[in-house]
Amino acid sequence: MSEIVDILISASFWAAVIRIASPLILATMGELICERAGVLNLGIEGIMVIGAFTGWMAVYQGMPLWGGVAVAMAAGMLFGLLHSTLTVPFGLSQHVVGLGVTLFATASASFAYRLMLPEVTSPPKIEPFQPLDIPVLSDLPWLGEALFSQTALTWAAFAVAGLVAFTLYRTPLGLAVRAVGENPAAVEAQGLSVTGLRIGAVMVGSGLMAVGGAFLTLSAFSSFFFEMVNGRGWICVALVVFGAWKPGKAVLGAILFAAFDALQIRLQQTELGAVLPYQLFLALPFILSILALILMSRRAEVPAALMVPYNKGER
Amino acid sequence: MTGEKGAEVVLRLDRITKRFGALTANDGVSLTLRRGEVVALLGENGAGKTTLMNILFGHYVADEGSVEVFGQPLPPGNPRAALAAGVGMVHQHFTLAGNLTVLDNIRLGTEGLWSRSDAGAREKVERLSRDFGLAVHPDAKVGRLSVGERQRVEILKALYRDARVLILDEPTAVLTPQESEALFATLRKATGLGLSVIFISHKLHEVMAIADRCVVLRHGRVVGEVDTHATDKAALAALMVGGELSLPRAEARAAGAVLMRIAGVSTPNRGASPGLKMVTLELRAGQITGLAGVSGNGQAALAEIVGGLARPAEGRLSLHGQEPKVWTPGEALARGVARIPEDRHHQGSIADFDLTENAVLEGYRTRFSRRGWMNWRAARAFAEGIIKGYDVRCPGPSTRIRLLSGGNMQKLILGRAMAVGPDIILANQPVRGLDVGAIAYVQSQLIAARDRGAAVLLISEDLDEIMGLSDIIHVMSQGRLSPGFARGTMTAAELGLWMAGQKFEGAHAA
Ligand SMILES: Nc1ncnc2c1ncn2[C@@H]1O[C@H](COP(=O)(O)OP(=O)(O)OP(=O)(O)O)[C@@H](O)[C@H]1O
Ligand SMILES: [Mg+2]
Repeated sequence: MSEIVDILISASFWAAVIRIASPLILATMGELICERAGVLNLGIEGIMVIGAFTGWMAVYQGMPLWGGVAVAMAAGMLFGLLHSTLTVPFGLSQHVVGLGVTLFATASASFAYRLMLPEVTSPPKIEPFQPLDIPVLSDLPWLGEALFSQTALTWAAFAVAGLVAFTLYRTPLGLAVRAVGENPAAVEAQGLSVTGLRIGAVMVGSGLMAVGGAFLTLSAFSSFFFEMVNGRGWICVALVVFGAWKPGKAVLGAILFAAFDALQIRLQQTELGAVLPYQLFLALPFILSILALILMSRRAEVPAALMVPYNKGER
Repeated sequence: MTGEKGAEVVLRLDRITKRFGALTANDGVSLTLRRGEVVALLGENGAGKTTLMNILFGHYVADEGSVEVFGQPLPPGNPRAALAAGVGMVHQHFTLAGNLTVLDNIRLGTEGLWSRSDAGAREKVERLSRDFGLAVHPDAKVGRLSVGERQRVEILKALYRDARVLILDEPTAVLTPQESEALFATLRKATGLGLSVIFISHKLHEVMAIADRCVVLRHGRVVGEVDTHATDKAALAALMVGGELSLPRAEARAAGAVLMRIAGVSTPNRGASPGLKMVTLELRAGQITGLAGVSGNGQAALAEIVGGLARPAEGRLSLHGQEPKVWTPGEALARGVARIPEDRHHQGSIADFDLTENAVLEGYRTRFSRRGWMNWRAARAFAEGIIKGYDVRCPGPSTRIRLLSGGNMQKLILGRAMAVGPDIILANQPVRGLDVGAIAYVQSQLIAARDRGAAVLLISEDLDEIMGLSDIIHVMSQGRLSPGFARGTMTAAELGLWMAGQKFEGAHAA
């Protein structure tokens, strides 16, 4: 027991939590925007891979780090355009298209990787984002290490969450996005374009997912591996539900999941790790997340038109 | 009202034609509307009224013809342009987002995407709701409002955008008579200020009360245009159906055995709507039992018990003198209870299923399958039988039911319920939204079922309907049930007092 407490009060633990949470927050915000507009985007897993790959490749080819982020964003938006073209004006099944986009995006990444780096055996490294040194704050005892030794991309992730919340609840654009996910007929009757809003939301959302993927290569691991996204996209789909489609709660969910994840890695190195099989620890964040999901999402208000295509001129 | 002949023309529809596949929903329809005028658009279910309005507002694109507002042609298929030109529309099925507040629903689409002008919007909404007598709270979530309140939000939406032409597609179909009166007061104010209104309704007395002129559609064509003061209800009805129409009258008959009995049943209150309070009711063979009352007074709870959706929390239910062990919708069906549910969209049908599938929803496990295999040939024949027998206007049995007009959907549900030759028929608002011809048809079917010995429970807000059909009338108010009154022993005024709940205490003393 005391070992767990020791872990929980260590500054390095909380620094890790925030680091692990950052890509989840970015991609969860992306998925949340899509779903608020009524489109389930299961392309998320593949779009994160594309973001991780293109961001890293751009930097490897000599772009600045922020240039890599922009390239990842653009690549994500491109796949978002593909997804939304099929699901919005053509009204195809969002499940099928989403999984298709994931497969296609993942395959595109490995194809491009092999094409661009045919000779290499281990993927080359880049110089990633470094922790930002904030005057005074970074020098605080404990807090300085736990909270204020993060990279610019982590700060960006939290800023994005704030921006998404502000846009959704404080601007007419956000109002329209919330309405189109609830009742597209209401949006059309008020003279707005259902198709335009939904395509726009999916493209922006997919861009954020890709930046979440790019976080892995540009801020966390400094290199690209095929398996690096490793189900994070699916976690984000669950986090949106966990957050009841609200940005603030979703960020909390991401932090909670990250905390479980950071905890299980550390628990493996304690005495418990010697007696219990390590698979149990790996499963821990998922089990706890499922429990939390059940508790949290019971009274959630699902966007009523989620996954319902809208055809103008039909009733 | 003020729609004098010389007034400025605000709206002109010119030879509009619209086809859906083989079906011509509008066939060269022309219509003009003048300033301050109320024009009623009449016609049977499926005559093409909603389609025409959807073209005017830009939801649909016409195959031929043009729309002009204040002399300017409207680009087709563009609701934004229609709104900008001053056309406001209250749809037959509301177009509101339930997760948003009243104010947000009204503001939606009226501002630049990044601007912020909440204060002005709120004041304007409050001023409009005062001026036009449309009481709603701007910060209430629309999902929690009653239909009457939603209606007011829809009208406020149009007024907020300074609509000069207001289209109301069956606004009163879901309103209580009191709410309809309030709506008419609002409309009179609006036309007094120079608004023009297109009003769609199947209730001819409303049309006579509010409209200056009536345009009648049949099979997508204009078949008549008359000034309201130069006509009457019977003439309008004849014009709509293309011939004389006699409303069915049920003659008194001796009632048979008690088929269903509910004794001392109480249910808990549900939000604002009261539960049942010690209700005792008998349904007899060969008798139509009418249940009058303003909706939301416990009728839904009673219907759920009769139809098997709920067991009485307190009190007893017996069928043919026996208390059923299980009481579920399936059991109710198996024991010969047929339902015509109040909400045909959510309880009566599955929107994306076709007519055949919807027709066999209640019998697919028993009558249309053998050893777990569907007999689609029989199902299709059954659906075709209903379509023919009940005059369901549709392209065919494989049409998705959502594409049908409301009245035609109702006819299919009626046919489905009647096909099994039920002993007990629960008819909850069976003619809501139906045209006069369809009403006559549905009512005559209920009478025929009675005559062959079925017990019918007719729930309706319309006193004329209740008094015309019922052999025995009960009134429901605040979850309480009045004693039964035999046919012809009560006047509408007396029933109205019961509906208002004023007679109940006295009844207990007597
Ligand atoms: N989007 C559509 N696709 C196919 N058919 C349609 C569509 N919209 C309407 N129809 C058909 O066009 C006809 C006219 O329908 P419409 O809704 O205009 O009737 P209505 O006069 O408003 O009837 P009601 O009084 O029942 O509301 C109907 O037969 C309907 O089935
Ligand atoms: Mg209609």
